[in-house]
Amino acid sequence: MPQIVTANRLDDGRVVFLTASDDWTADINGSALAANEEQAAELLAAGARAEAACVVIAPYLIDAEAENGQIRAASIRESIRAHGPTVPYGPPT
Amino acid sequence: MALVKQGKIVEDSFQRVTDEAIPTTGAVLVDLATWQAQREQLKGRAEPVGVVLKSDEHPEVLADDLPGLALVALDFPTFRDGRAYSYARLLRDRYEFTGELRAVGDVLLEQLLYMQRCGFDAFEIESDDPERDFETALADFTVWYQPAGDDRASALQLRHRR
Amino acid sequence: MYRYDEFDQQLVDERVTQFRRQVERRMAGELTEDQFKPLRLMNGLYLQLHAYMLRVNVPYGMLSSRQLRQLALIARRYDRDYGHFTTRQNIQYNWVSLEDTPDILAALAEVEMNAMQSSGNCVRNITADQFAGRAKDEIEDPRVWCELIRQYSILNPEFAYLPRKFKIAVTGSPNDRAAVAVHDIGLRMHHGEDGKPGFEVIVGGGQGRTPVIGKTIRGWLEPEHVLGYVEAILRIYNMYGRRDNLYKARIKILVNAVGIDKFRELVDAEWEHLRGGELTIPAEEISRIHAYFAPPEWEELPDGAATLAAQLAENETFAHWHQANVSEHKQPGYAIVTVSLKAPGREPGDLDADRMDALAELADRFSCGELRVSHRQNLVLADVRQDQLLTLWQALSALELATPNIGLLTDMIACPGLDYCALANARSIPVAQDISRHFIDVDKLQTIGNLSINISGCMNACGHHHVGNIGILGVDKRGKEYFQLTLGGASDQQASLGDRLGPALPQDEVPGAIETLVDTYLGLRQDADETFLETYRRVGITPFKTAVYGDDTSPRRVA
Repeated sequence: MPQIVTANRLDDGRVVFLTASDDWTADINGSALAANEEQAAELLAAGARAEAACVVIAPYLIDAEAENGQIRAASIRESIRAHGPTVPYGPPT
Repeated sequence: MALVKQGKIVEDSFQRVTDEAIPTTGAVLVDLATWQAQREQLKGRAEPVGVVLKSDEHPEVLADDLPGLALVALDFPTFRDGRAYSYARLLRDRYEFTGELRAVGDVLLEQLLYMQRCGFDAFEIESDDPERDFETALADFTVWYQPAGDDRASALQLRHRR
Repeated sequence: MYRYDEFDQQLVDERVTQFRRQVERRMAGELTEDQFKPLRLMNGLYLQLHAYMLRVNVPYGMLSSRQLRQLALIARRYDRDYGHFTTRQNIQYNWVSLEDTPDILAALAEVEMNAMQSSGNCVRNITADQFAGRAKDEIEDPRVWCELIRQYSILNPEFAYLPRKFKIAVTGSPNDRAAVAVHDIGLRMHHGEDGKPGFEVIVGGGQGRTPVIGKTIRGWLEPEHVLGYVEAILRIYNMYGRRDNLYKARIKILVNAVGIDKFRELVDAEWEHLRGGELTIPAEEISRIHAYFAPPEWEELPDGAATLAAQLAENETFAHWHQANVSEHKQPGYAIVTVSLKAPGREPGDLDADRMDALAELADRFSCGELRVSHRQNLVLADVRQDQLLTLWQALSALELATPNIGLLTDMIACPGLDYCALANARSIPVAQDISRHFIDVDKLQTIGNLSINISGCMNACGHHHVGNIGILGVDKRGKEYFQLTLGGASDQQASLGDRLGPALPQDEVPGAIETLVDTYLGLRQDADETFLETYRRVGITPFKTAVYGDDTSPRRVA
């Protein structure tokens, strides 16, 4: 299964994904996909550099599926991280 | 690594040694096993002797020896291991140890105040500017709710003095 | 309630300054995340699934209307317009940023609040009976002792790096509403042999992956010695508690490993050295703290029973609410009102900023400007005149805060679960919502009577599932969420741990299973006064198990 790198931003804690241009995005669809172990290691190394530069905290690899240009996290946990709580919250709309 | 006492960097006069190679002269800091194996010889030395305790070595084992020791060093294998705070309080309050009580190992700046309150008076610190950092860390709090091993007045005492 | 003087304020202000500098050092890269994490945790700042989460102490659940307004302001300015009240009587913000946190702490300090030690391996917020000082069955107001222990534990230099977190709860009543038996230390006020009030000291209770009902280490302790005795326990725990395994580090593991008798010997030996020492609380200090909790000047009200009875007879909806949400007050003519944060389909314990403001207003109008947070995630207005109950109820109804379900099946405890929490295995909130929508009929709920359902999203048990009459534990089965039911738990003076009912169920089968359990109970109970728990204790698990699973209790196959 392809993999992507995710982390939380240091300053506001928000969930972010590593892009192909070594940047971070809140949109999982912008993630750089690693097709094999070698690419995954490269992405993770880029994540570690961003951690050392105080951009993100604790980057790690997650399994993801890509279909029709959409990227989907494989686990429930990561899907909730990518898209937010599955229940409405805050003031009633 | 610097040794800080009373806010100043001081030279460590104690040589930390293991059992095989105890020098014939000079102050030495030995581990508990060495102390227990060579207690009589070490007691006979002219120069000061200290013992370093690991965090799972309770200071009670030294209770009878304390009058002859110049230094007890308590090791923090990680800053999360807080046993030595209680050991320090017992050494000061219960066993009435008056020699140097030194914090060694993973000693964080944020912890210096707590250590000092519990009775430590010497600190091995990893820092670019130990004296400045020591001073900053000790200035973090001026109010304390509870009594500890130091002479800082608790808020309760101050309130009832008003 | 307790008010900060210059010492309390100075200490909290200094903490804000210290944390502001630590955050700056972290942002500048002078501290690594490993070094910074324990510092932020000691200030209540977690990193959860989506963002930082800030846990703010509500000491033993007491809030002034001014504080609640400030919590609303913080929710609007720094979060997403809401907060979440927890089983430790605290409030959590789910979406704060690291950079804002020092400002949030400063805003809290303005209203005499803080987040110190709301996380970390130290003594956490001291919790208490939410009816403290007002309950008719109370021997003494537990808040006096809570405040003394709070001050003793804050920045206590010896116990900032315990083997694990440490939770203390206090009840002043024989009817335990503070779950003291499932705390690291539980203090239960009772009369000693000579009639003097003192504490039964319970130690080593807890939930989590190894649930334990606490054991009595001392039958009766003079209240003025409570700090010294707590120090003896903390010192023994600090020196001998396990530090090699995170999951075996709580005091309950130590107590179980050495046995309560040996543990008592260790503590008492330490206590012999401390007894009568500087931790003995002077009488003048006890009266000084007592004065903060002096009741308001209640009015001598004529007995309003007849008027209230007429109002109740006229209005069935009001009567339902009164039946469930209003409790007896020790002062004639007054009542204690519990405001349910468990409206159908909402997240248990959540409250938005507008409603925080509105409740602060109602507290000012009807209840001396004070509120309490209960460990069951509701709010309490503790000094309401009986003749104003109807008006208050109307105001609460307009705010959709008059759900008449306190103590009933839909008054569920639920942890944030996998929707928010980095530790969770499954989502708790959707399960709570399903159940609350399934059991919407108020008459049916009142027929069922007292029944607690507690839901945790993982074995850490923040949702207290072990002590729910019905407990629901979320588990992960090969990537899918399942829910394990337990029966017979209780957290009151007869605390007990629930028994596992059978194999875990998928989420969509949970409400039906609860209905089956309830119907089984209704069929088995001797009369309408026998609660679910009493029936369960009388008949045992078998009829419930058979009703839910039939003869098939083999594990559910994961689709």
